[in-house]
Amino acid sequence: MKHRAVANISRLPTYDFGASTPMWWGTLAFIALEATGFALAIGAYLYLASVSPQWPIAAPPPDLFPGTAILVVLIISVVPNHMVEQWARRQDLAKVRVGMIVMSAVGFLPLLLRIWEFAALEIRWDQNAYGSIIWFIVGLHTTHLLTDVGDTVVLAVLMFTDKGNTGRRFSDVADNAFYWDFVVASWVVLYFVIYWFPRM
Amino acid sequence: MSASEVELDGEKLKGIRDTGLDDATLHGYLSKTWKTPDGLYGWLATVDHKRIAHRYVVTAFLFLVLAGISALVMRFQLASPEAGRVGPDLYNQLFTMHGTTMMFLFAVPMMEGFAIYLVPLMIGSRNVAFPRLNAFSYWVYVSGGLMIWVAFAFNTGADAGWFSYVPLAGPEYGTGKRPDFWAQMVTYTEVSALAVAVEIIATVFKQRAPGMTLDRMPIYVWSALVMAFIILFAMPAVMVSSTMLILDRLVGTQFFNPASGGDVLLWQHLFWFFGHPEVYIIFIPATGFVSAILPAFVRRPVFGYLGIVLSLIGIGLLSFGLWVHHMFATGLPQLGESFFTASSMMIAIPSGIQIFCWIATIWGGRPALAVPFLFVLGFIVTFVIGGLTGVMVASVPLDLQVHDTYFVVAHLHYVLMGGAVFPLLGAVYYWFPKITGRMLGEQLGKWNFWLVFIGFNATFFPMHILGLQGMPRRVYTYPLESGWGGTNLFVSLCSLALAAGFGVLFLNVVLSLRRGRLAGDNPWGASTLEWATTSPPPSYNFPRIPVVDHREPLWKNAEVLPVAEGLRIDAREVMVGTVADAVPQIRQPSADNSIWPFLAAIAVGVAFLASIYTPWAVVWGSLPVAVTFIGWFWPQAIPEDEE
Amino acid sequence: MDKLRCAGGIGALAVLLSGCSQWQSALHPQGGGARAILGLIWLFTAVSVVVWVLVVMALAMAVLHRRRGQQAGEPLVMDRRREQNFFRVVVTAVAVTVAVLVGLTFASFLTGKSNAALNGEAFTIHLTGHQWWWEARYQLDGQSDIVTANEIHLPVDLPIRVELDSADVIHSFWVPSLAGKRDLIPGRPSAITLLVEKAGTYRGQCAEFCGYQHAHMAMTVVAESRSAFDTWVARQRLDALPPKVDEARRGQAAFLGTGCALCHTIRGTPAAGAVGPDLTHLASRGSLAADTLPLTRGALAAWIADPQSIKPGARMPSIALSADDLNAVVAYLEGLQ
Ligand code: HEA
Ligand code: HEA
Ligand code: HEC
Ligand code: CUA
Ligand SMILES: [Cu+2]
Repeated sequence: MKHRAVANISRLPTYDFGASTPMWWGTLAFIALEATGFALAIGAYLYLASVSPQWPIAAPPPDLFPGTAILVVLIISVVPNHMVEQWARRQDLAKVRVGMIVMSAVGFLPLLLRIWEFAALEIRWDQNAYGSIIWFIVGLHTTHLLTDVGDTVVLAVLMFTDKGNTGRRFSDVADNAFYWDFVVASWVVLYFVIYWFPRM
Repeated sequence: MSASEVELDGEKLKGIRDTGLDDATLHGYLSKTWKTPDGLYGWLATVDHKRIAHRYVVTAFLFLVLAGISALVMRFQLASPEAGRVGPDLYNQLFTMHGTTMMFLFAVPMMEGFAIYLVPLMIGSRNVAFPRLNAFSYWVYVSGGLMIWVAFAFNTGADAGWFSYVPLAGPEYGTGKRPDFWAQMVTYTEVSALAVAVEIIATVFKQRAPGMTLDRMPIYVWSALVMAFIILFAMPAVMVSSTMLILDRLVGTQFFNPASGGDVLLWQHLFWFFGHPEVYIIFIPATGFVSAILPAFVRRPVFGYLGIVLSLIGIGLLSFGLWVHHMFATGLPQLGESFFTASSMMIAIPSGIQIFCWIATIWGGRPALAVPFLFVLGFIVTFVIGGLTGVMVASVPLDLQVHDTYFVVAHLHYVLMGGAVFPLLGAVYYWFPKITGRMLGEQLGKWNFWLVFIGFNATFFPMHILGLQGMPRRVYTYPLESGWGGTNLFVSLCSLALAAGFGVLFLNVVLSLRRGRLAGDNPWGASTLEWATTSPPPSYNFPRIPVVDHREPLWKNAEVLPVAEGLRIDAREVMVGTVADAVPQIRQPSADNSIWPFLAAIAVGVAFLASIYTPWAVVWGSLPVAVTFIGWFWPQAIPEDEE
Repeated sequence: MDKLRCAGGIGALAVLLSGCSQWQSALHPQGGGARAILGLIWLFTAVSVVVWVLVVMALAMAVLHRRRGQQAGEPLVMDRRREQNFFRVVVTAVAVTVAVLVGLTFASFLTGKSNAALNGEAFTIHLTGHQWWWEARYQLDGQSDIVTANEIHLPVDLPIRVELDSADVIHSFWVPSLAGKRDLIPGRPSAITLLVEKAGTYRGQCAEFCGYQHAHMAMTVVAESRSAFDTWVARQRLDALPPKVDEARRGQAAFLGTGCALCHTIRGTPAAGAVGPDLTHLASRGSLAADTLPLTRGALAAWIADPQSIKPGARMPSIALSADDLNAVVAYLEGLQ
């Protein structure tokens, strides 16, 4: 077909932040599907609790301490996370570099606490369905932590290479921060289900 | 490329732009930029959505043949009572492989493949939003399919039915590694389907041609979008349940073991929370095909655009509220029963709206009985039967008689074959010229249609009666005294006619690829953007990005296509716009060819496969997975980074 | 056709039959539940046929009706009035659809409710599904229970509660002529009520896929007059009669000596296995191995000699018996009236 030019988009930027980029929508879609996974895992938990005459089955409720410690660390981490996001939007390379190192470190902390948390669940995964489902939920969240921390570390390294100082990298940093918020928010919900539901 | 600067109104801009170039120069640049390298490397590394979609479709057809042949072997066994041609062990594997393959490896990937091919072309973009994810999704899909079929070849085929109920598929009763292969195959196909869903959503939201507001979007694109959303919210359920099954089998969790507080119905709830939407994942894009095909053959837009779009969305939402209708025989409180009966029947309303709108479209148009249109007619005639039997089984008391009988087998084939395969075959005839540049033979096409149409109805209609006469499904044989022998023989014979119909399709494709009439850009005089480019489309889809000012762009602008200029042509760029109104926002760089998605898929595939034998595979397998993903996302020094 | 099928059924169940036996079919109801459902099936079918005919007629007319004044090939110009007419027709059709659906939902609800209202059970049969046979225990009136397999007897016109449970995987209890099906789910016992209107023999078949021999997991329901039922009960309560002839006595010894007793119970003998069906009154049944074979001497011998070739995968191993022992065991079992 013949063409007739009616618009020119030459001057558009080649990157942007947040909801104007496809990457942000992709991240949101992944968050949506993972949130669905979490919701279904919680659904399975409540379902098993409802068919079982006692809950938790043959175990005390999990020890509050490690899970709560993780909750606290994660909630606090939201602050540096948002600072990094702001710096990324302002494309402040030096600050973003520092921030990414901080966030990598902050990411490892809950992972370390997790090791302890699994022991504090007071039950093994193969003892009964209650043990299975809480290990499942905590495990699911752990894989999210792991992948996001891995992501953060790789991005942090990238920011120190010559490929760091580009708009698109800053946009990636912002999206990474967005995803971290999801990891934190999901733990808030899961935490209440695992630690407080059996105490109600 | 040193001379990579242009001037616009006195301002210097980076990169070579398409502004004001003549067509030949433009083509030269673009085909270089968007080229897939030759040879094996290029074959493995390509991120061209058309090539990947092509693979999806061809692979899905191969799986159709495998699953179809399994069905024929089953029909061979069932042709007479008390036959000993196929024993229970093989028969159980056959129907499981048939159902599993048809659902997970044929129907869903086929619909994804078409969506990957058509969506960017219909919305006027150069590629999908995440081209590497797209490539990755294909390799994951194909490795899942290969794995389960190779296992079947070694007599380790899944044998607990396509929904693998526990405890039959659980650690105690599921023999050997069979259910593990099933569950892991499901994981593979989910990963790939979810990847496709994410990329379709981002592509449709962000990469529509300037001016293609949501209400100018082709209905097919709407259907692909709704499909993607259903995948997004349904697939995690089977991901969760198949993971639980694997864990129960491999590391001794107790999710489904009633002796330790587990519950066998938990599996059914989770599976059908996915399984019911799954059938609409297949059906919705098929209705999209119908809405795309009809206008070209009746020469008018589809009647009731808004009604149809709302129906698609309505079906998508409703589909999450009726999973329990697969579990009526497990026993439910009366009130719950009525709820799921009512919600199941309600889905007839949006389906009805679509049917009525299509009939109105035909009435108000000038139908030409070309092959794609024949398939649309065949679709309406057969699908309505399947839909109505769906309404029948939605009634709890009625379902208690026909559940798990051949009546349900008849229902599911009427909706799947009638509702999805007929539109699919129509779509093959309709878009084949676009994809290959050649028309499919009209005469063979008619043979194809009539064989499939008559063969299908003759094969599956009698199954309703068998079901009412008490024949359960999933039986490898039945007694002589049952009196089902004659009908079964008839069914088995007719299934050969149906198979022959598919044979004619494949023959037609092979012949037409070489000798088919050349198609030209727009052989059907259709109205959507994919027909604005050459057949087959160039690697970059459109020389310049179309601008849309109407719902039927090519009917509004039959001679001259309005376009937007200004994208770089020395680097891969796509246009990104606002979600609702497609107002241009960004010139987004688009990923180049890469071998990493292929390697990542292998790493992921091996980890999944090995996890069937040892759970530790997940641990050591994550290392190569991490490496390949880093390789994938590590930025190259590409021209896009200059700006 | 029906006669023919009856004849087949009689051949298979010759020992028992007083009336005509019915092959399992939802189309020949002999019980309250199944009859109400058949009515519902006809209602839905009639509505569906009408809807389908209307849709296909509309489609045919849409394709065939004559059009004027249109240019071939060119996209058509829309006519506002016509479009509005279409709109009205479509809206009407949708409204009719809604009305029909509401009606059908209501009919379905009423049928379900009336079927659920069936109760006032006379007694309870506890039915356990096994891969691939049925174990039935009667709770009658506190006296010693009856245990039998693959064949249950009921008095006509009395509502009977059937409790359902599974020993392994999910099965489904389904006697189409009597009622809709109900799953037997491990860990989730449930119950349904049966009410049979007419004396006769009804076939039922496991409807939920349960592995290798799902196809051969059938059962027989014998509905009979109250007096016939009481006679049956009285006999089932008794221990097995001691074998009378020599051959049978040798058979009993062989049965007890070759491992059969590990899996089967024969009350009144040391055999008390719980893996397979109770054989105390085996010979009073009409068929063998969940209606896989008719209960004849030949079939019995064939089954014991090689169950694995008759019902591959069945949980009974093929046990090597000498021809003599085999005949003796058969003679013994045949006497277990
Ligand atoms: C493409 C796939 C597809 C589609 C579109 C449907 C559509 C529907 N299905 Fe079906 N279904 C399956 C695939 C599909 N199904 C499969 C694979 C199974 C079996 C799974 C297994 O066990 O293996 C199944 C099983 C199944 C069951 C469980 C049966 C059982 O196991 O006992 C039920 C029960 O409610 C059901 C209901 C419905 C309903 C109400 C619709 C509705 O959406 C239909 C709506 C459409 C119409 C009604 C026709 C058009 C409308 C009009 C022309 C308007 C006028 C109509 C009226 C006035 C009524 N389906
Ligand atoms: C999209 C989905 C789809 C499709 C297209 C089909 C297509 C067919 N199906 Fe299937 N079917 C299912 C989905 C589908 N099915 C599902 C989900 C189940 C439930 C499984 C379960 O219970 O777990 C099922 C179950 C099922 C059963 C019940 C089994 C049982 O319960 O025991 C039967 C029995 O007849 C059957 C038959 C057929 C036949 C004859 C075809 C034919 O249409 C196939 C025709 C195609 C070909 C034959 C291949 C291509 C042809 C050629 C290459 C030509 C040349 C080749 C030769 C002549 C050999 N199917
Ligand atoms: C390992 C356990 C086991 C042993 C040993 C065993 N059986 Fe069985 N038997 C079964 C099971 C289980 C069934 C039910 C099979 C089916 O229908 O699927 C059965 C069924 C039968 C039936 C049919 C019962 C009915 O109600 O239809 C007969 C008769 C029978 N066995 C006889 C014997 C004899 C005789 C022996 C010894 C030679 C024997 N069995 C040894 C487990 C066993
Ligand atoms: Cu028991 Cu099927
Ligand atoms: Cu469904």
